[in-house]
Amino acid sequence: MKNKMSGAKILIDALVNEKAEYIFGYIGGQVIPIFDELFGRKDITMIVPRHEQGAAHAADGYARVTGRPGVCLATSGPGATNLVTGIANAYMDSIPMIAITGQVPTTLIGNDAFQEADITGITRPITKHNYLVKNIDDLADIVKEAFYIAASGRPGPVLIDLPSDISKGEAYFNYKDSINLRGYKPNYTGNPRQIKNAAAMIKQAKKPVIFSGGGILHSNASEELLKFVEKTGIPITTSLMGMGSIPSIHPLFLGMPGMHGTYYANMAITHCDLLVAIGVRFDDRVTGKIKEFAPHAQIIHIDIDPTSVSKNIEVTLPIVGDAKNILGQLVSLCEKSDCSIWLDEIDKWKKSHKLTYHETDHVIKPQFVIESIDKITGGEAIIATEVGQHQMWTAQFFKFKYPRQFITSGGLGTMGFGLPAAIGAQIAAPDKIVFDIAGDGSIQMNSQELATCVNYNIPVKIAILNNNYLGMVRQWQELFYSSRYSGTCLRICSHEKYHDKCNKACESDNKEKQKYTPDFVKLADAYGALGIRITEKKDVEGAIKKALAYQGPVVMDFHTDQQENVMPMVPAGAPINQMLITGIA
Amino acid sequence: MLQDHIISVTVENKFGVLARIAGLFSSRGYNIKSLSVAETEDPTCSRMTIVVNADEKILEQIKKQLNKLIDTIKVQEFTNTSYLDRELMLIKVNTDPKKRTDLFQIVEVLNGKIINMTRKSITIEITAASDILENVIKMLQPFGIIETVRTGKIAISRDAVD
Ligand SMILES: Cc1ncc(C[n+]2csc(CCOP(=O)(O)OP(=O)(O)O)c2C)c(N)n1
Ligand SMILES: [Mg+2]
Repeated sequence: MKNKMSGAKILIDALVNEKAEYIFGYIGGQVIPIFDELFGRKDITMIVPRHEQGAAHAADGYARVTGRPGVCLATSGPGATNLVTGIANAYMDSIPMIAITGQVPTTLIGNDAFQEADITGITRPITKHNYLVKNIDDLADIVKEAFYIAASGRPGPVLIDLPSDISKGEAYFNYKDSINLRGYKPNYTGNPRQIKNAAAMIKQAKKPVIFSGGGILHSNASEELLKFVEKTGIPITTSLMGMGSIPSIHPLFLGMPGMHGTYYANMAITHCDLLVAIGVRFDDRVTGKIKEFAPHAQIIHIDIDPTSVSKNIEVTLPIVGDAKNILGQLVSLCEKSDCSIWLDEIDKWKKSHKLTYHETDHVIKPQFVIESIDKITGGEAIIATEVGQHQMWTAQFFKFKYPRQFITSGGLGTMGFGLPAAIGAQIAAPDKIVFDIAGDGSIQMNSQELATCVNYNIPVKIAILNNNYLGMVRQWQELFYSSRYSGTCLRICSHEKYHDKCNKACESDNKEKQKYTPDFVKLADAYGALGIRITEKKDVEGAIKKALAYQGPVVMDFHTDQQENVMPMVPAGAPINQMLITGIA
Repeated sequence: MLQDHIISVTVENKFGVLARIAGLFSSRGYNIKSLSVAETEDPTCSRMTIVVNADEKILEQIKKQLNKLIDTIKVQEFTNTSYLDRELMLIKVNTDPKKRTDLFQIVEVLNGKIINMTRKSITIEITAASDILENVIKMLQPFGIIETVRTGKIAISRDAVD
């Protein structure tokens, strides 16, 4: 006869059954029973961040590296709402995640109790599914379902809201072997006739291009993708989310398309007669003006999510199914394409509009720092980023080698994602070097997680490309708002009073007045991490080597060119072949 | 082209499902013209009949999005003549004693039923296809309508006569 056990124990046993190794959790009143259960358990490791947003992004980073759901846990009310950005971020990038929130006891729900928030209501549009557990007998099944839903089909976050009387209550633990949800049956195989049609279209195309994205990584289809590219000889461009699914140095790789994509990827899309889109959702940052996106092309769209098909772009041939499965079938059906003339055409664009920047010795160019990290780590490091110019430069200049190497916030563009995500990534891949390539603005959104790094000796290497600005927005202001840098300067304005206008001290040459806060080296020091300030180009490589030699977390504060812009660029809403290319050699 | 479409959705009979469906429409800016929900013969399922005004492209998205919800079991669209639809209306009108017989006649012709009568008002129940209800309202307007309540359209597929 089995014994009854607490809801908290049922929850944790179920997590362990689902092979969760880590739980990123922050305590509060309504989750004390769960933390009490975690205390001293050896089969699951608890990691305590310094902010619930950090917990969510760490679980996300962990999931991006392993492909398995990351688990985060927060208390009711403010703990739960602090998870929201992290959940929305995972939702936009289709990352499998289990978010567990404490809730006030079922008897108090709806009473505006202390720290009550309707978190299932709040997260309904940003989760793949969510649950409010009202009956302890449902708890084990809900956990199993949540993992299944989060990781299958198009992955995404699932939230479980657990009232404290349920976690304190008692029930028998019965764990199902399998799940059958009558309303949820993702289609993996793809329609065989459509796949044959696709092969025929690929054979006939004179100017084909492959455009693939995060879906390749989610379905672990990189190998099949590479085979498909090499067997057909068709050039390929990948979205930001697809970076790393094919080695960046592959001769058929065109880099990223869209707003900060390469000129040649955008020209290839604009002039192609067939676009083979796989695991992408045609985000507006990729398509630019929809009407002029791939205007001469027939489009094949392979995706597991039917709602992504023909949502933004009308497609000629939709195939709903799993990328790995369908690419596998296409590889055996397709032959070498005869597109040598097309490749020559693309080659001309590649040669006339190289992705490059003005090198100089007077100032540290941010792109140079990224190239140096690439060189010194042999391109092997896992690279997380924050959001902004530094993120785009990383996508442009780091040569990714393998899938799940690039950990970046695509759909939501969440500043503050990088550091906690890097923590999750480092925990998932303890033998890898993990960098967070950061902006000076973004790093401040979750810099408290330095404490987490130090506490658990998580040796993340943070490279701040410090341009004293919210650079990406400053760039828009420079280009489209007559350089009126409203709200983007991060230096101290030497205000007399808070309502005085900035005295623009930074525009004079008086360096004394151009104070910046915080001092990132001191900040690192205060947390017990190693801080290094780099103000000259000649010291860049040495600093990176020093950071790698150091056993713990490091903050490198690179003082980079403050005026550098991400180029080329398609202005928002313009066709992608109309790129601004100033600043390009 | 904007047009009314009837979508019938079978969902899990659980709390929160209605909010999911309503949220799906509101977060994408789609308009619900009418919505009616109740349990089916299988108590674990509810059936919703939703009327939306949308063009073909949006309609496709709506159907796909509905299908994507974990709690959605089946989505069916009723097109052309393949369905039967009804709507129930309760309508309360003024009763001018002089016009009462006129009113009674109209109610009879319309297959309505008087379910309450006071010195001031008469309440009528009518079940019909939605466009007929529009007509009824027009016919009763001259008497002075106090209030109306409608259930929204419900629809079921029509089997061929054999
Ligand atoms: C949470 C959040 N708030 C605001 C924005 C808008 N935004 C996008 S990029 C950016 C600037 C980022 O500055 P920094 O981290 O210094 O990076 P840089 O562009 O200078 O490399 C801002 C404010 C955002 N993406 N996320
Ligand atoms: Mg910056």
